[in-house]
Amino acid sequence: MTVSAAPAEALLAESQPRSRRRLRGSSEARAYGLATITAVYLLWALVPVAITVLFSFNSGRSRGVWQGFSLRWYTWDPTGSVLNDESIRTALTHTVLLAVLTTAIAVPIGVLFALALDRWRGRLPSGANFLALITFVMPEIALAIGLLFMVTYLATPFGLGTWAQVIGLVTFQLAYPIVICRARLLTIGAHYEEAARDLGASALGAIRRVTLPMLFPAILVSVILVFADVLDDFVIVRYLSSDAATETTSMRIYQTARAAPTPALNAMATIILVVSTVVIVLGWLAYRRWAARQGDAAVIKSLAGNL
Amino acid sequence: MGDRSTRLLWPVLGLPAMVWIALFFLVPLYVVFCVAFGTVDPVFRSPVPTWNPLQWQFDQVEVVWDRLFGPDNFYLPAVLRTFAYIAIAVSACLLISFPVAYFTARFAGKYRGLVLALLIAPFWISYMMRMLAWINLLQPDGLVNAIITLGGTIPLEVNWLSGKPYVVVMGLIYGYVPYMLLPLFAALDRISPSLLEAARDLGASGFDLFRRVILPMSVPGIVAGSMLVALPMMGDYFTSDLLSKSPNTAMIGNLINLSIATPGQSGQAGALLLVVLLVMLVPMVLYTRSNARAEVRS
Repeated sequence: MTVSAAPAEALLAESQPRSRRRLRGSSEARAYGLATITAVYLLWALVPVAITVLFSFNSGRSRGVWQGFSLRWYTWDPTGSVLNDESIRTALTHTVLLAVLTTAIAVPIGVLFALALDRWRGRLPSGANFLALITFVMPEIALAIGLLFMVTYLATPFGLGTWAQVIGLVTFQLAYPIVICRARLLTIGAHYEEAARDLGASALGAIRRVTLPMLFPAILVSVILVFADVLDDFVIVRYLSSDAATETTSMRIYQTARAAPTPALNAMATIILVVSTVVIVLGWLAYRRWAARQGDAAVIKSLAGNL
Repeated sequence: MGDRSTRLLWPVLGLPAMVWIALFFLVPLYVVFCVAFGTVDPVFRSPVPTWNPLQWQFDQVEVVWDRLFGPDNFYLPAVLRTFAYIAIAVSACLLISFPVAYFTARFAGKYRGLVLALLIAPFWISYMMRMLAWINLLQPDGLVNAIITLGGTIPLEVNWLSGKPYVVVMGLIYGYVPYMLLPLFAALDRISPSLLEAARDLGASGFDLFRRVILPMSVPGIVAGSMLVALPMMGDYFTSDLLSKSPNTAMIGNLINLSIATPGQSGQAGALLLVVLLVMLVPMVLYTRSNARAEVRS
């Protein structure tokens, strides 16, 4: 890329006046055309969701006809609101619980594995890495059925339910921390750690006091991605759930969206959206604080490029 | 002594993840084989896994094979439908993503950050919520019908959510297009603007520019995006269930899901799953390997 761009730039300098004039007209028209397509796409992508959020505040039972603003489906409807319908409450708390547990397990073991992969070469670690990466394109249903069969036909110490769900989710999410932290480790390079070793740090000490702090942004991104992706999960959590207590919000939408539900379902979906937004904003704030503390503009810039 | 403990440190750090992957990825996969190549209890009709590979039976696979290509091939329509839906959805995702990604990479200017944030937004809105959004819009008394009937004055009401293939395909496109957009954006963003201007100066027309510079350079993004969209659709059953709920739009994922739900058919579900994985094996492995290699190169 850079090699081929250099002569191109030299060429450009020679013939700039003519080309600039010729380019501007058609290029501007094209930019406006593309901007229109992009705007239409974004409207198509986001307006339906915005309408879903809007109707969670409908005062009537309809999700198609607006009957005035109210918090009925969040709080005060005696039976159907999120607050008063126990099954919706359970789905919300269980979804968040799964996200917390999965993140707490998947990110640490993924980060450690990325650290190990960085210097431990061989068939075993690269084979494990390959298996973790294949989950990006493998249909989730394959892993879900595998674990379902395993729990059903093998005497596993855990049955269907929360732990089976967490185990499936961790397996499926492991690739995020591995990929993100490896990319970051490659840009950091080995020399900081080597310098720390030269100054007398043990291998573990160098990782703990030099590498891990530099990995912070990558770990943060992993946490956000895993957390948000678990809130979204459906196939694994459904196959590995046991009863009503291990139902998630996605399962609730799947089961009731077609069966004349009330706007409480929209309210529940909106709450999950708020939860993931809050996690992303918190992550962004934590990253900003970290970057400010580093105080090195160049470091911040290089990281921003990385993320 | 320090040296030896250092050499041991890396395997120790990697151990938890490797044990995890072995226990909860390889073992479940093996169990699927044992169930698919196992037998069925003659009394309870429940599958009996065969743990020893040397004693594997191929009855379940034969049942699945018959349903696919035999005289009783009622699996085949769903399989062909799945491939057709995926082909249409991937093409549509590509057609939508290319201009959007190209605009974001080249022309968004000061709005670049905002546009990118909006493009990523669907990633943190759950898939089910996005399907719920379309159910709300398309249900009989939903907004779409309200608009096309002008609030009920013209009798043009359509029952959108009852086995309409185009609604399901639209749902697939809507659900998966972000996975095409991002890799494509990454590929297009890597093309240097001066390269395009140079091509212009050397006499390339707008179409030449697209065909001979932009398109070849975006191939990695197109391939990655198509894989990320197409492969997971092979196991998708919820989009069809939510937007149609009719056997007329059943996909491979629906066949698997139905077999799992039917007592005594777990073995067939496992066998069908293995057939699907076998078909997908080559693209999955190629994608993952090229990804792992690109990672090392960067």
